[in-house]
Amino acid sequence: MHGIPRKAPTQEERDGSSIKAAKLRDLQSQLLHFHYNKIYTKEAIEISAQLLESNPEHYTGWNYRKLAVQHLLDRHQENEVDSELPQSVLDEELRLVENALKRNFKAYGAWHHRKWVLSKGHSSPDRELRLLGKLQKLDSRNFHAWNYRRFITELKKIPDEDELQYTTDMIYDNFSNYSAWHNRSMLLSKLLEKRAKGYDKTENVLSEEFEFVRNALFTDPDDQSGWFYHLWLLGQTLKREPLVISSSPPHGSNLSLSIDNPDCQPSFSKIYHQSKERTFPLILYFSEAVVGVSSSTVTVEFDYDGGDGLIWHPLSANKLGFSQAWLAYIKYPHDSLESCHVKVTVAQFPGIISSSGMPCSQSCFISFTASVCSNNQEHSKVQTTHKISWNEENFKAHSTHPEDANLLASLCKLNITKENMPTTPMLCIETISNEIACSRELLSSSNCKIGKLILARLLVAHNTLMTYGCMDSITEAHYEEILALYHDLMKMDHAHIGYYEDEYSLVVMKQLTSNTESLLKLCGNYEELSLPSISSYTCVRLKGLSLSRVSCMEHLLWVQMLDLSHNKLRSIEGLEALQLLSCLKLSKNRFSSFTALEPLKMLKSLQVLDVSYNEIGAHSIDTRRYMCSSPLNSTTGSEWQLKRFAEEDADMKHFWDAYLLFKDLNLVQLDIVGNAVVDERLKAFLVKLMSALKWFDGESCH
Amino acid sequence: MGELVVEKHIKYIISIEKKKDDFASVVMEHLRLNGAYWGLTTLDVLGKLDAVDQDEVVPWIMQCQHESGGFGGNIGHDPHLLYTLSAIQVLALFDKTDVLDIEKVANYIASLQNEDGSFSGDIWGEIDTRFSYIAICSLALLQRLDKINVEKAVEYIVSCKNLDGGFGCTPGAESHAGQIFCCVGALAITGSLDHVDKDLLGWWLCERQVKSGGLNGRPEKLPDVCYSWWVLSSLIMIDRVHWIDKKKLVNFILDCQDKENGGISDRPDDAVDVFHTYFGVAGLSLLEYPGLKAIDPAYALPVDVVNKIFLTK
Ligand SMILES: [Zn+2]
Repeated sequence: MHGIPRKAPTQEERDGSSIKAAKLRDLQSQLLHFHYNKIYTKEAIEISAQLLESNPEHYTGWNYRKLAVQHLLDRHQENEVDSELPQSVLDEELRLVENALKRNFKAYGAWHHRKWVLSKGHSSPDRELRLLGKLQKLDSRNFHAWNYRRFITELKKIPDEDELQYTTDMIYDNFSNYSAWHNRSMLLSKLLEKRAKGYDKTENVLSEEFEFVRNALFTDPDDQSGWFYHLWLLGQTLKREPLVISSSPPHGSNLSLSIDNPDCQPSFSKIYHQSKERTFPLILYFSEAVVGVSSSTVTVEFDYDGGDGLIWHPLSANKLGFSQAWLAYIKYPHDSLESCHVKVTVAQFPGIISSSGMPCSQSCFISFTASVCSNNQEHSKVQTTHKISWNEENFKAHSTHPEDANLLASLCKLNITKENMPTTPMLCIETISNEIACSRELLSSSNCKIGKLILARLLVAHNTLMTYGCMDSITEAHYEEILALYHDLMKMDHAHIGYYEDEYSLVVMKQLTSNTESLLKLCGNYEELSLPSISSYTCVRLKGLSLSRVSCMEHLLWVQMLDLSHNKLRSIEGLEALQLLSCLKLSKNRFSSFTALEPLKMLKSLQVLDVSYNEIGAHSIDTRRYMCSSPLNSTTGSEWQLKRFAEEDADMKHFWDAYLLFKDLNLVQLDIVGNAVVDERLKAFLVKLMSALKWFDGESCH
Repeated sequence: MGELVVEKHIKYIISIEKKKDDFASVVMEHLRLNGAYWGLTTLDVLGKLDAVDQDEVVPWIMQCQHESGGFGGNIGHDPHLLYTLSAIQVLALFDKTDVLDIEKVANYIASLQNEDGSFSGDIWGEIDTRFSYIAICSLALLQRLDKINVEKAVEYIVSCKNLDGGFGCTPGAESHAGQIFCCVGALAITGSLDHVDKDLLGWWLCERQVKSGGLNGRPEKLPDVCYSWWVLSSLIMIDRVHWIDKKKLVNFILDCQDKENGGISDRPDDAVDVFHTYFGVAGLSLLEYPGLKAIDPAYALPVDVVNKIFLTK
């Protein structure tokens, strides 16, 4: 029941209601009787009409009508008399639907019945359009009517251009009509796709649309009708080809490989990598999620071995195979080797495609050198038997060494030359710049939420267009203005503060990482003072920044140790790209379940994890339950089935989310204290599950 | 405002069964099985399912089953997916799905899948993504998803995705919170949430919250307690529920209670009904209101019922 006032009915009303109820009950039981006994007499059909006019939701009643119509038409065909009959029968049905809709405009059964009658081929689309014209005037937002309109226009093959004009008229009539804006976005995107006549200059169309929606937005800034249309337009404007924006190892770097630990003091001048499996990870990071990265779209050449047959894996849990980061393992050469060149070419093949369907057509070239030093000392055990303390005095900042700035810059930069830098269509930048100017002006007279949000989004879009993912490529990047806008929004629209905090975090991450100077301030080396120098890591500290989300992983691919503690993180999607990450600190955040940590499963080198003092187990509703692989959404598959009947069943079922997270991690050190979920049973379960674990909540185990 | 008047709501739910004579209940007779699901799930979330004698409910449900395997909304009514799901859900509440001829029910549902992956609600061919959700949810609860072409079912749902990130009932149809719940729920159950643009849809959904704290179902519409379920469960499944003010929503729902006679209405001071009572209580459960059983956002059943089926059975 909707919109009926709550009040005790008067005796009169009660009597009236029970008379109506008795009448309706009688009609309903008669209908069921006729339906059951297949009685299609004139009287029976008349009773069903009475019923449906007073209760249009009675679906069995509509089913009965269809059977009755079918019966009458069949009989007519057999007897071949009274050629007017089919038309009059179907007209009667159309009349009944109209009456039923008068009672309840939203009765699904009535609308479907009309479609069914039409499928018998006896009404004219013009008559239907006239009816719709009438109904849509009465309720311009009724989605049944809009659906029916799309059904009829398709049936009548009315051109999209005409229907676009219809939405223009509707919006001019009253711009507060989300249904019309919605239909406009559907029609326009079809037309843009077809590039039909007059639509070949996409940007032109887009800037006209921007103006159209801007007028609506600022006329009544509280009316949401145009809000989502604006965001969609912005997305259309930013649509572009995906391209490689960074890699690991980075272009121009020296990679020092060893089977054990390197002997020398690491610094940014060289990257060290050790692996018992004699492989190192090669990562390509794209501007957006793509599919199609394979040995036929990416060529890898190196001196000591043929590079073909590399297998590329998407570094993402995305089930559709789309990923921004792609990983392949390259084998070490067998012998010691002084500088061997590795060349990676992402060729101009069709084949790498973004999720919006754009192909990657810019070729990209990355080269680095690898050298192998053999090392006979057995060091590999040392680091794993000592605890990482994360103590402040163990960090050595790099900003004090001026030469490091250059080295870091080379670490983060990709070799994008003028030639292979994709050109951003000028018109596109002009459109956005113009919108920025207009929004600023309109905001100066009306201090509205949507105006601020739109300006912030336009500025972010402008940055994206200007930088294309490269570091240090723009000097003036509006960050302070964007952050100030989000600050205002948090204050003026407190109910949606969570949304603005997330957007704010993305901008902060970008501001911090896309500029060498600011990134340098965050990074350094970590060395356990009590340990030999070999346990040194290149470390980035992003703690206490109020981050609720992470992003910009393309600038951090080389990080081995990452401190994200004392933030507001709830999820860590994207972190899976950091394949060199060994130590991760996530303490004092807002993670509320093990399922929220799922991206960690892909970090094969992760050894030290601190998730202490979060909210794991503190909530009755798990918001990540359906975003991760779980037995609830049939994505764990046979793996779970197999284990189902194993001995340790009870614990495994109880801690299924912890089990699915930790079973594939090779953790040496885990801190989990300060979460509601922690008890002796969980501890015992985890210690048993992870055989490599040495330190659990600061204490030695195994 | 104040707090949830649990005892009153329990009394209200139980009393509905007894007043079958007023017009409102006669109009609803054809969907009594939906009503049973709303009422019984509410009782379970309130911790009082045992107030109902399942030996009365279960045989009645089985009498609603048609020879095709599908269930009608009441005895004598035609079978339809809408009521088949309710039947399965109520039986799941009582842990009684074993009274079903599972093969037969699953075949009925599977027979309604069309060539393009969509589902009809019954033999008369109305197509709607609501029916996609119902088919997928029902078969998952029966652990018979293998009966249908899941890939095509997902493909069809994705074809109903709009440029605002939401979903409509057929391709091209406007986004609507109820429809979004169905599509997001079906994608969640099939592990296909990667098809959802979570930030885009999340913003649309979180903007359903209006000044009073209540949620509406489409832009520029009035808030309504039933959207506390459709919007909220969708936001939870895509992990964006922190984008709304939960406290304000709790207060809106509590404001819609009839504190004298029990029951919850669409808006403050409107007439209560079992439908909105269920959505109000389920919404409060999703908001982690103290003392309520947790409800699962995708299967719309208490978490313990769902876990029992998928984790321990
Ligand atoms: Zn409602």
